[in-house]
Amino acid sequence: MTDELKQNGHFESVTVDDEPTAGIEANDESAGILCARAPIGLLAELTHRCPLQCGYCSNPIELERVNAELTTEQWISVMEQAGEMGILQIHLSGGEPTARKDLEDIVEAAAKAGLYTNLITAAVTLKRERLEKLKALGLDHVQISFQDVDAENAERIGGYPGATAKKLEVARWVTDMGLPLTINAPIHRQNIHNVGRYIDLAVDLGAQRLEIAHVQYYGWAFLNRASLIPTYEQTMQSVDVVEAARERLKGVLTIDMVVPDYYAKRPKPCMGGWAKGFMNITPAGKVMPCHAAESIPQLTFDNAKDRPLLDIWLHSDAFNAFRGTDWMKEPCRSCAFKEIDWGGCRCQAMAMTGDPTNTDPACSLSPYHREMVAVAREESHQPVKPYVYRNPKNAAQTLKAKKEDAELTPAE
Amino acid sequence: MAETNRPGRLIVDQGTKPYLPPFMKLRYDKGRDRWVLLAPERILSPDKIAVEILQLCDGVKNVEEISGQMAEQYSAPVDVIQKDVVELLQDLADKGFLKAF
Repeated sequence: MTDELKQNGHFESVTVDDEPTAGIEANDESAGILCARAPIGLLAELTHRCPLQCGYCSNPIELERVNAELTTEQWISVMEQAGEMGILQIHLSGGEPTARKDLEDIVEAAAKAGLYTNLITAAVTLKRERLEKLKALGLDHVQISFQDVDAENAERIGGYPGATAKKLEVARWVTDMGLPLTINAPIHRQNIHNVGRYIDLAVDLGAQRLEIAHVQYYGWAFLNRASLIPTYEQTMQSVDVVEAARERLKGVLTIDMVVPDYYAKRPKPCMGGWAKGFMNITPAGKVMPCHAAESIPQLTFDNAKDRPLLDIWLHSDAFNAFRGTDWMKEPCRSCAFKEIDWGGCRCQAMAMTGDPTNTDPACSLSPYHREMVAVAREESHQPVKPYVYRNPKNAAQTLKAKKEDAELTPAE
Repeated sequence: MAETNRPGRLIVDQGTKPYLPPFMKLRYDKGRDRWVLLAPERILSPDKIAVEILQLCDGVKNVEEISGQMAEQYSAPVDVIQKDVVELLQDLADKGFLKAF
């Protein structure tokens, strides 16, 4: 990532990524300048409905029902408020955002509010006329996910026959229309051998960007981790492939990479810091600092239906809970890196240690770190088992079973 | 062909006639009192000189002419300015943010 952010002195650059845990990426100064006044990125999860059933999904297990979704007017109000408060980019995501019949109204409102509008789609149900309409209404950029390069494996992973041909068709419409295209490659043990071929596919399709998005283990992906997590060796190899391609494809394709943190020594600066530059709204209107924040039971979230977005950003308990560094315990509190990685990920600390104020176990200074690495290494060497597909039926069953998440035991 | 599917790397030289494709949005951000250049999942924050150069990138003027105008405005040697302009534009082109005739 750091290579991407190197500038020639006339520009500061900030990445505003929709990927789970990515959020804002930049050097401190650039992010500080832009985020001082208001967040710069908003991830609007318009719906949890999705034609695909990917087991690596980072949505919560408890999927929001259709009748709980915000109305058209409420989403339009969100777009207007976002523009007014100074948000610059919006990611329209889900679930599958095109499942909303009023996506046109939402895109139009976003464009009118001056937001740079990204559509994050699986593309399997998108029609050409609809894409043309969205472009005319002000859509700026389209991101399409491919579950694998091999059609058969992709369609098994996503649980949707015929997906690949349809995605290829939509990808070509996007570039034909002069819209910039990002290919999203969610990487895990079942497709990591194809990272090189993903790069070829992105070039072939005329994509401007490729996201090599190693799965982050939240929601469904956490549930299915044993079937998804790659080995240490596979992970490192994929990083090498990307770095070589970046050099080779300079000026042709930008490759962004989100790497898995189970094998890291330092934790990721999750979201660029809690409530620092990014906001997330769930289908039902809950306003959160990141997409997985609901997994922290101590937090309560305000709803965009009840309270202005700017007020929530500035004053809500959830946004202030882990903002800055005051909340930190040791070893974060006295750490020289505390304003670089912001203690890592609160949701991961919660999921694996049972306490969201603990250091992210991905940090080598965490007493839980050794066990986290051991779990990853052990799981990644098991044969791939069929995973739990993300769908409402499996959500109900999983929640019913609701066995306690296995928390790690700290080192003595 | 559309802006987004021209193959190959753009090499910027003095004859290049650069322009920002429609999906790049150069805007003055009133609240922050600074210019922003919005790109797919990126926000660039150009300084004053970069903004002036970008505003001259209309697909008609070439790099030599753009550099000439900048040199005049800043009373600086044109060869020094042109080197800076080429470097700035090449950097944008390598990120896919700049096109040219």
